Amino acid sequence: MSVEDGKLTVEVWRGAGGLGRFETFEVPRQESQTVLDVVSWIQQYADPTLTYRYACRVGMCGSCAMMVNGVPRWTCRTHVGKVATGDSLTVEPLRNLPVIKDLAADMDPFFDKWVQAEAVHHPSETRHDPMRAVDADSSARQQANAGIECINCAVCYAACDTVSGNPDYLGPAALQRAWTLYNDEREADPEAILDAVSGVGGCHNCHSMGSCAQYCPNELNPLAAIAGLKRETAKRVFRRRKNA
Amino acid sequence: MLDLRLYMAQRLSALIMAPLVIGHIAVMIYAIQGGLSVDEILGRTQGSFAWFAFYGLFVLAVSVHAAIGLRVIVHEWLGLKGGALQAFTWAVALGLLVLGGRSVWAVTFA
Ligand code: HEM
Ligand code: SF4
Ligand code: SF4
Ligand code: FES
Repeated sequence: MSVEDGKLTVEVWRGAGGLGRFETFEVPRQESQTVLDVVSWIQQYADPTLTYRYACRVGMCGSCAMMVNGVPRWTCRTHVGKVATGDSLTVEPLRNLPVIKDLAADMDPFFDKWVQAEAVHHPSETRHDPMRAVDADSSARQQANAGIECINCAVCYAACDTVSGNPDYLGPAALQRAWTLYNDEREADPEAILDAVSGVGGCHNCHSMGSCAQYCPNELNPLAAIAGLKRETAKRVFRRRKNA
Repeated sequence: MLDLRLYMAQRLSALIMAPLVIGHIAVMIYAIQGGLSVDEILGRTQGSFAWFAFYGLFVLAVSVHAAIGLRVIVHEWLGLKGGALQAFTWAVALGLLVLGGRSVWAVTFA
């Protein structure tokens, strides 16, 4: 049987808020079909009320992440052939986030935590100042560059068991962004970032198990960024002692 | 449920325990050569300030370390939080301190 004749049995989570159930759809199999193609086919040809989210379809915008066979993935760049178990597929909304409806998770808690982690740039100059040259080879810049390609997809956040167990935990993506900003030489208030990641939901809750790094579709390593924050906050404890 | 303060206390107590664990195992291996007797153990520890300090520090470090470690587990797995979590942490710390402290006292100065 060629891929073109095949059918895929897809279990899709339907429901709003905490309530819901799986609904089964038969979807024609196609060459190079992505999980997002499957979900879009269902919405266009089987049930127009299916709610899901996507924008770019090329792995840039970070809006299409869902649980596919229990694993968080960017659905627009995940080929069915790579993840289907036989001819079946299960698609659910992202883990660790409230569900708005069907496959659309509520991203608010995820982004609120970016702000709580002070993962916001504190400008050191104004738009009227001349552009500052950034030393691309400095080790701090290398650290920042390592995490800069984050697309805010929340795959890591869904993969993190510490987020599941501890709802206050800021999570890998917000902490990684805090670390990139901490290492940005244009950042005006790196100490405020260290303060923000040292509270009850801060970087010290991470158990270093690395699910974030394992599942990040951009192959980023939030675990390493968090280790950096732990190191800098710990060093600061001794620095403060000396200065006191 | 770990802020910087608890994190540092857990890592520093682990740092203290690491050499103590090695010392404890080394003495165990040495002590069981040719059998083990109560007299032999007490002969070593009774009246010894060095052993009191060694095991006393061990008990102190374990009390801090295990209380913080179990605090994390009961929060993440059982959802304990707020005052209940605080009470749990202190109960474990003080419980281990009392139990361990009594044993150390019993084999040294009691
Ligand atoms: C040399 C001895 C020890 C070292 C180096 C050590 C080190 C550590 C470290 C680094 C953690 C943090 C793990 C994490 O947060 O992911 C931890 C957690 C923990 N430790 Fe220890 N430990 C030692 C001995 C002990 C002992 C003797 C006990 C019990 C009496 C104990 C109980 C715990 C518990 C309950 C946790 C929490 C588990 C977790 O947070 O994942 N540890 N230990
Ligand atoms: S390494 Fe830390 S942030 Fe990453 S998944 Fe594990 S606990 Fe979460
Ligand atoms: S770190 Fe990776 S998995 Fe996490 S939000 Fe950014 S791109 Fe997505
Ligand atoms: S739709 Fe933009 S990353 Fe998938």
